[in-house]
Amino acid sequence: MSEFSTDEIMTIAASRELSGARSCFVGIGLPSIAANLARSLHAPGLVLVYESGTVGAKPSRLPLSIGDGELASTADVVVSVPEIFNYWLQPGRIDVGMLGAAQVDRFANLNTTVIGTYGQPTVRLPGAGGAPEIATACPRSIVVMRQSRRTFVDRLDFVTTIGFGDGAGARTRLGMPGAGPRVLISDLGIYRPDPETCEMTLTSLHAGTTVSQVRDATGWDLAVSADLVETAAPTEEELVFLRRLKTASSAKATD
Amino acid sequence: MAEFLSLESAIAAHVHDGDMVALEGFTHLIPFAAGHEIIRQGRRDLTLVRLTPDLICDQLIGAGCARKLVFSWGGNPGVGSLHRFRDAVENEWPRALELDEHTHAGLTNRFVAGASGLPFAVLRAYAGTDVAGYSPTVATVTCPFTGEVLAAVAALRPDVTIIHAQQADRAGNVRLWGITGVQKESVLAASRSIVTVEEIVDEFRDDRNAVILPSWTVSAIAHVPGGCHPSYAAGYSDRDNEYYEAWDDLSRDRDTFENWLAQHVYDQRSLR
Repeated sequence: MSEFSTDEIMTIAASRELSGARSCFVGIGLPSIAANLARSLHAPGLVLVYESGTVGAKPSRLPLSIGDGELASTADVVVSVPEIFNYWLQPGRIDVGMLGAAQVDRFANLNTTVIGTYGQPTVRLPGAGGAPEIATACPRSIVVMRQSRRTFVDRLDFVTTIGFGDGAGARTRLGMPGAGPRVLISDLGIYRPDPETCEMTLTSLHAGTTVSQVRDATGWDLAVSADLVETAAPTEEELVFLRRLKTASSAKATD
Repeated sequence: MAEFLSLESAIAAHVHDGDMVALEGFTHLIPFAAGHEIIRQGRRDLTLVRLTPDLICDQLIGAGCARKLVFSWGGNPGVGSLHRFRDAVENEWPRALELDEHTHAGLTNRFVAGASGLPFAVLRAYAGTDVAGYSPTVATVTCPFTGEVLAAVAALRPDVTIIHAQQADRAGNVRLWGITGVQKESVLAASRSIVTVEEIVDEFRDDRNAVILPSWTVSAIAHVPGGCHPSYAAGYSDRDNEYYEAWDDLSRDRDTFENWLAQHVYDQRSLR
């Protein structure tokens, strides 16, 4: 088995979650890498949908932006932005949404807006983009992000995107049709919502990581599954495909 | 009917201090040359509107043209931050920047309402988020048929919308294709519009179901080949991804940015 990085196992674990999905609404960066890896390996028929309106994009190299020409020229159809959000995303036609963020909390709510206060931010982040509606409308969503005390926080500085709100029942109260985040994948482990409380619970540890290491990188009192397992190591094939994709990328570090 | 003007005349005639100016084009067909002309003409107190401010708004904000930004995702796609936008929000340089921020779907539907002549649009969004709380143009509305509580977003009616397109014909009809974003809605929502084009053709030869803006919906057309660089025009150019990556360094520091502005914007007047 080859050596692999924590970023690689995170991306590969995310791509495995797309096995069986018909379509995925893809954000740029880690989600785009994972979705394209899935299309090469775990889900060959996967329809990639980018918010630029490209439906069924089949890029041969990773795009730098969600509107690269490669996405449009390989798509089954290219629709306008009103159409992609109103006709395709909002009614729940896209199976899975894959999202990243700067901060996540225990209910998989996401912040991509500011660090600090809104009026006087210490770091102004890009903002919402398509994430809130992707998390609202897709039947399920996957969150992929690197983990530290700065990113896995007890309280978000700003709630940009709802995962499970304040816990069980919140999505129904808020009128959100999708089932919410099915999984949160970091470079340390994999978290799934508790069936009762919806709190994201550590269910799988990546090789070489300990629970105490994960606790140190989590800003809340972490729930750990009684059935904790080790994440299956990347296969040779997964690593080869992932590295080939990244080499063929037009981007430098894409997050 | 659309009037054929030089870019300089089109901006002088249709973009005024204090205007709400939408500059649309979703990654593709971003009207950079028009943005630079606005900077050269020294417009001030603009309310800029763009789903993705991209480098074009970063440049306009850094040059001091904007008082307010209406947007939904303010990053350098695949690269990182928009440093001039951040400097304005975090440090009020070169001046404070008021924000009205949305989600993509929300801002898109504000254009749809404007183009439709309606006061607001309805969508299923914003519930439970802080985004709604900070925007004066988001509220809720109850469906009169089902009782479902949905988001309402106020119509957006820019004073002027500026886009870049592949072609105009001699009668002033505009045709664009590929990723067409929210251009049609943003032009139809606005009081005036300027379209810069790659090419002026005798007649459109292909099917008419690419986005067409008939001549009478457009105020001015300027022939500006390459006017969307470093974004791109499908069929004419490729996205200059290296430029987007280089912008990260060019824009990070105020002095470097001002040097860039002097060389690449202010000193380019003679080229147009």
